Amino acid sequence: MAKNCHNDYKMKFATDEEFPDLSLHNNHMAKVLTKDIYGKLRGKSTPSGFTVDDVIQTGVDNPGHPFIMTVGCVAGDEESYEAFKELLDPIISDRHGGYKPTDKHKTDLNFENLKGGDDLDPNYVLSSRVRTGRSIKGFTLPPHNSRGERRGIEKLSIEALASLEGEFKGKYYPLSGMTDAEQELLIADHFLFDKPVSPLLTCAGMARDWPDGRGIWHNDNKTFLVWVNEEDHLRVISMQLGGNMKEVFRRFCVGLQKIEEIFKKHNHGFMWNEHLGYILTCPSNLGTGLRGGVHVKLPKLSTHAKFEEILTRLRLQKRGTGGVDTASVGGVFDISNADRLGSSEVSQVQLVVDGVKLMVEMEKKLEKGESIDGMIPAQK
Amino acid sequence: MASSFSRILTTRRKIGLLSAVGGSVTAGFLMHREHVKAGTPVRRSYPASAEYPDLRKHNNCMASHLTPAIYAKLCDKATPNGYTLDLAIQTGVDNPGHPFIKTVGMVAGDEESYQVFGDLLDPIIKERHNGYNPQTMTHPTDLDSSKIHSGNFDPRYVLSSRVRTGRSIRGLSLPPACTRAERREVERVVVDALAGLKDDLAGKYFSLTQMTDADQQQLIDDHFLFDKPVSPLLTCAGMARDWPDARGIWHNNENTFLVWVNEEDHTRVISMEKGGNMKRVFERFCKGLKEVERLIQERGWEFMWNEKLGYILTCPSNLGTGLRAGVHVKLPLLSKDPRLSKILDNLRLQKRGTGGVDTAAVGGTYDISNLDRLGLSEVQLVQTVIDGVNYLIECEKRLEKGQDIKVPPPLKQFK
Repeated sequence: MAKNCHNDYKMKFATDEEFPDLSLHNNHMAKVLTKDIYGKLRGKSTPSGFTVDDVIQTGVDNPGHPFIMTVGCVAGDEESYEAFKELLDPIISDRHGGYKPTDKHKTDLNFENLKGGDDLDPNYVLSSRVRTGRSIKGFTLPPHNSRGERRGIEKLSIEALASLEGEFKGKYYPLSGMTDAEQELLIADHFLFDKPVSPLLTCAGMARDWPDGRGIWHNDNKTFLVWVNEEDHLRVISMQLGGNMKEVFRRFCVGLQKIEEIFKKHNHGFMWNEHLGYILTCPSNLGTGLRGGVHVKLPKLSTHAKFEEILTRLRLQKRGTGGVDTASVGGVFDISNADRLGSSEVSQVQLVVDGVKLMVEMEKKLEKGESIDGMIPAQK
Repeated sequence: MASSFSRILTTRRKIGLLSAVGGSVTAGFLMHREHVKAGTPVRRSYPASAEYPDLRKHNNCMASHLTPAIYAKLCDKATPNGYTLDLAIQTGVDNPGHPFIKTVGMVAGDEESYQVFGDLLDPIIKERHNGYNPQTMTHPTDLDSSKIHSGNFDPRYVLSSRVRTGRSIRGLSLPPACTRAERREVERVVVDALAGLKDDLAGKYFSLTQMTDADQQQLIDDHFLFDKPVSPLLTCAGMARDWPDARGIWHNNENTFLVWVNEEDHTRVISMEKGGNMKRVFERFCKGLKEVERLIQERGWEFMWNEKLGYILTCPSNLGTGLRAGVHVKLPLLSKDPRLSKILDNLRLQKRGTGGVDTAAVGGTYDISNLDRLGLSEVQLVQTVIDGVNYLIECEKRLEKGQDIKVPPPLKQFK
């Protein structure tokens, strides 16, 4: 067990003196963390030395917003979710619709179980995309990992990705050695990720040592993309223009499973358990870690009084086409699943496919000047 | 409510007086340490070579001196509080630097950092402070303002005068490493002491967490308010954690003596006034500092200081005196003279814009201050600024009359 010298030193101070001032805060961590819980957890440390103060620092430093409820905490390793469960379980419950510590999460990456999804109208659905994250067992997570570990993750990832063939044959571009030409092309393809500037991430230590150990891999067809060591060990993205979500999801599932096999062979499978599903840095991404979505033109529906209500009932969320926290442009929205934990990949993508299909039909009705009152769905 | 605060130290200690002031009971320790015992070694899963940072594109003092050998030697060491080399250098790894501006690239998390990581910090100190060798040299401290002469500038040229420094409270970790409890203790110790200041130094504390809108506006109007650090040089070193908890501003009623609490250092102390009476500014500076020191000593605390490095502060660039004495001075003709840089160099002065570091001069008005911090005393540095500014004003007057000016010979480094 790695000794956390600094935390031992900190234990000499009283709980009262160390407890953070959360009086102006509005995030999940601030709502759950009491002095009692803090007092119980502050003496603990995961085997790699991650402590409750490390978990909550981002939430202390970022009080939040009255309208947007951020999570306010991160995991530093797989063990964080067990060691700090008194704090994380209620947060997970709040964030994931009442998910209980005894609940089991279903993983289903069998793309054949998805019904339809190959016939979304390309006049409305401009592009389709599915992303998730994966953490590699035996390494600590981005808020906590050392340079040596991060480089180890990168090395393993490069090996695994290099062995992919066929539609998955591709190339890795490390951020450190990138040429200007490579950089410009990756930006033009909308593939390049930049050093995190959001204080939600930087205060959690995820941008340390940038760009060391970070990189982007994509297949030659530019339809399957992996980010290495950004906010998670791996972010895996399948995408293409048009509305064939079925194909996007097929490639997503097949690619993920191929990658997982290779990591398993190296005795470093993905972090997963039957309660929390796939383990990622942010508790909001537990379960499937999946966001499946489309860019879809809904100029009339988006201005309809019941738009928000429809989205809620369909278990979907909207974003601008620049991604999270951006505005929609020209009536084009990013529509994706709202859930992550407690339902499977197939069921989440099914909700997107069915929901978007319905919303496109609604849009067509509104174009003809007809009412959509009869089409409002029940709560899924 | 009384709060008790005690630390167990690994070296000799002498418990200071306990005194109850303003409802808070504090216990401090006087520590004299010649040799620091390092904390429990850090256990690592990767060898040093796998952890050594990639500094190929870096231009800062840390990158210049952190060889793989030094990294290997120090990477598993920790101070008694648990501060490590990786923590100390993180800011320099995250901020590669600028080809023209060489930043320091590392910080201290506590007083012991300067010894535990001495193999890296000593060469950095030497580079940053003109060859000052902490292993062989001693730093003179002199806060006797009566020794200053000719410190009253022509107000037609000098618009304002200011002296600032920092002070750290011995026994408490520095801003990159301090816990919330330690930071709050720094605030309590300092605010208690400042409450004891009298006469022209009597003043008031404004906590950042409890500031009213009216107070905040007044502090902004007075140009006193400091904001949450945004510079990645500071944020990557962890100095903005838990903001604004235990941060605040104290100033005297006359607005001429100001103390920042828990910004980049435990305290930043500033004496200032409009016009050119630098001597008076420095008198107030010394008087205020000595009073605050006396008041914290009454309660069993002291400032971090040793005879090798002078006053211990977070950034190695502020060791020694931590002092920057400067004026805002109008030099419109001299500002156009190509010899200005050389003149300033030789006078051991630096120019900045009137917005402070990294700002541009406006209308030929400069912020002129001392370059040096370590190896010369406060009195010596302030006198250097006074002599230098007087020289610059003379140059300006000569240029006004159409006369020529001379570049002065360079000043000696360590007297």
